[in-house]
Amino acid sequence: MMKAEALSSERLIWMYTQMLRIREFEERVKRTFAEHPGVIRGHTHLGDGAEGAIVGALATRAENDLVMPSYRCHGYPLVLGTPARNLMAEIYSRRDGVCGGFGGSMHLADPARHFPGTSGIIAQSIAHATGAGLTAQVKKTGQVVYCFFGDGSTKQGAFFESLNLAAIWKLPVVYVLENNQYQAYTHVSLEDANEMAGDPLSQKAQAFSIPGETVDGTEILEVFEAVGRAAERARAGKGPSLVEAKFYRLSAHGNAITVPPVPTQFPEHEAVEVYGNKAEYAEWKSKDPIVKFRTRLAGNRRLTDAAAKQIEDRVATEMEDAVQFSLASPLPRPEDAVKHVYA
Amino acid sequence: MAREMMFAEAMAAAIMEEMQRDPDVIFYGQNMAMTERDPFLKRFGKDRVRITPISETAEIGAGVGAAMTGLRPIIELYMNEFMLVAFDQVINEAPRLRYMSGGQVKVPLVLKAGFGFAAGWAGQHSNCLYHTMMGIPGLKLAVPSTPADAKGLLTAAIRDDNPVVYLHHYMLMLDKGEVPEGDFVVPFGVADIKRVGSDVTIVATAWMVKKSLAAAAELAKEGISAEVVDPRTLAPLDVKTIVTSVKKTGRLVLVDQAPRQSSAAAVIAGEVAEHGFEYLKAPVRMVTALDTPIPYSEPLERYVLPDEEKIMRAVRSVVAKQSVGA
Repeated sequence: MMKAEALSSERLIWMYTQMLRIREFEERVKRTFAEHPGVIRGHTHLGDGAEGAIVGALATRAENDLVMPSYRCHGYPLVLGTPARNLMAEIYSRRDGVCGGFGGSMHLADPARHFPGTSGIIAQSIAHATGAGLTAQVKKTGQVVYCFFGDGSTKQGAFFESLNLAAIWKLPVVYVLENNQYQAYTHVSLEDANEMAGDPLSQKAQAFSIPGETVDGTEILEVFEAVGRAAERARAGKGPSLVEAKFYRLSAHGNAITVPPVPTQFPEHEAVEVYGNKAEYAEWKSKDPIVKFRTRLAGNRRLTDAAAKQIEDRVATEMEDAVQFSLASPLPRPEDAVKHVYA
Repeated sequence: MAREMMFAEAMAAAIMEEMQRDPDVIFYGQNMAMTERDPFLKRFGKDRVRITPISETAEIGAGVGAAMTGLRPIIELYMNEFMLVAFDQVINEAPRLRYMSGGQVKVPLVLKAGFGFAAGWAGQHSNCLYHTMMGIPGLKLAVPSTPADAKGLLTAAIRDDNPVVYLHHYMLMLDKGEVPEGDFVVPFGVADIKRVGSDVTIVATAWMVKKSLAAAAELAKEGISAEVVDPRTLAPLDVKTIVTSVKKTGRLVLVDQAPRQSSAAAVIAGEVAEHGFEYLKAPVRMVTALDTPIPYSEPLERYVLPDEEKIMRAVRSVVAKQSVGA
């Protein structure tokens, strides 16, 4: 069993550091819209607020396990070891980007680091992750596939079809439902039958007779234990599970879609912009998973103020370097656009 | 060595041989491998041969994910219409992932489906949807017309590192022909001249190749020598062989079972207009289905679809044009 209390100080600090790296990376992406307008094109989706779910889940990985999230995908490869420089350069559409400027924010991929790629179409990557589980089963690799998606995805056919398929074939997939409570601008209470009935979204697992549980996604160690149970079950050949991590997206769904030359930028969160609900936003902001984890580590004397400051400085330096590296990276050669169409 | 086989047998032989050759090839779909008597299941076991629930999005989507991570799935989809249920995976996932990743992943996937069933299947099970998949960079499209091509193109599709839609025509399933035994590949993007002629070029695919060959045999009795060219793959499209044939004959009739609007015929006509205009002695003629859904009743269905008579009329008209002009 993966028990949170068995985690070493070193591992806890690693987890905290990864959360901070994701947050700082996303802050730098957001700042880019103001500081370097025009550098980021198209649509960009941030994962701030999801750090507890992302890192809590990925901390349970074995070395070769695969990670397949949706288009809100900046955080995962950071944890898997893709250099922040190459991720930022991709978002900046540069030649040194992890996909050479062919994919951008929504389509980060680093298969060599167990991150095969993402889809920008809601829920479709759930089917891809299910297929990666099929590969692991047929080739007997022992891998578990970590499949991340949002609450909106659970209203798509791809979700239902994939979980049914994974259940009947007992595929080694952990389905992590990141319930950040908004599908784009639509609050979960407006579109989810379970939510409307006062039930957790993880109840959907019952439709496939697989385990489903809901945890507080702002508590990284709760996510760690629940996903750990699901991963062990998958690795033992017992099939998939659904873990709902309930938290709150701290930024808007994505940067506002604008037509050039109007600079794209992030407005306020939908709770404020659309619903005028400042109290809701303030309440969840006070449950910031990073602040909660830091407080816990400090309380347990696992993390001193000095050590915390040191980590913050290191992460800030890393992400500043990623920004400067990406700004200096050349744009792709136009004629390379015809590469990579066919293998 | 070659042996006479039915079209359907030739496809089964290709799958059987490729599964034998490469342990990464898997084969699944609905309503297949239901009992242990299934020959694929017997030979390759239940890991590699699977029955799926009726869930096209999960079937094709899982195929994409499996292909991204090291398998080479063949998915039996039965009818090209059933892909529509999961068209995002066909059009906007499988062919995009390699490109979006900057060439880091490949998606070796075969989507196998029948089409064009002209036997009273009415509006939703008789369609020719290949034109919807021709303009998708990253996606390949094979449309065999003979048992030999059926085997050779399917073998090539399974060995291809890209997503391939492999469409077999339901009206050809029981046709027999000589099929090479053992390793036999028909490369993509290479058209085949199914009949050599000198007066007119007929370009046709699948069932329409058979109709065009029958029409050409009749026309020969009238002293008209028709060349019949089968592109075999619509993506990639072998424009060169078609233009070379037009250069020789000076006339072009395009036969396509799909409706005229936005058809493969129209695409080929455009290519010939750009690359072979100076060779044309008469306007290009397109013999296509009418721009209607496919009706149920036989006289209605026959009225809508191209047939030998319509092909012959079109050929006679372009040949006549030359004699008038000359």
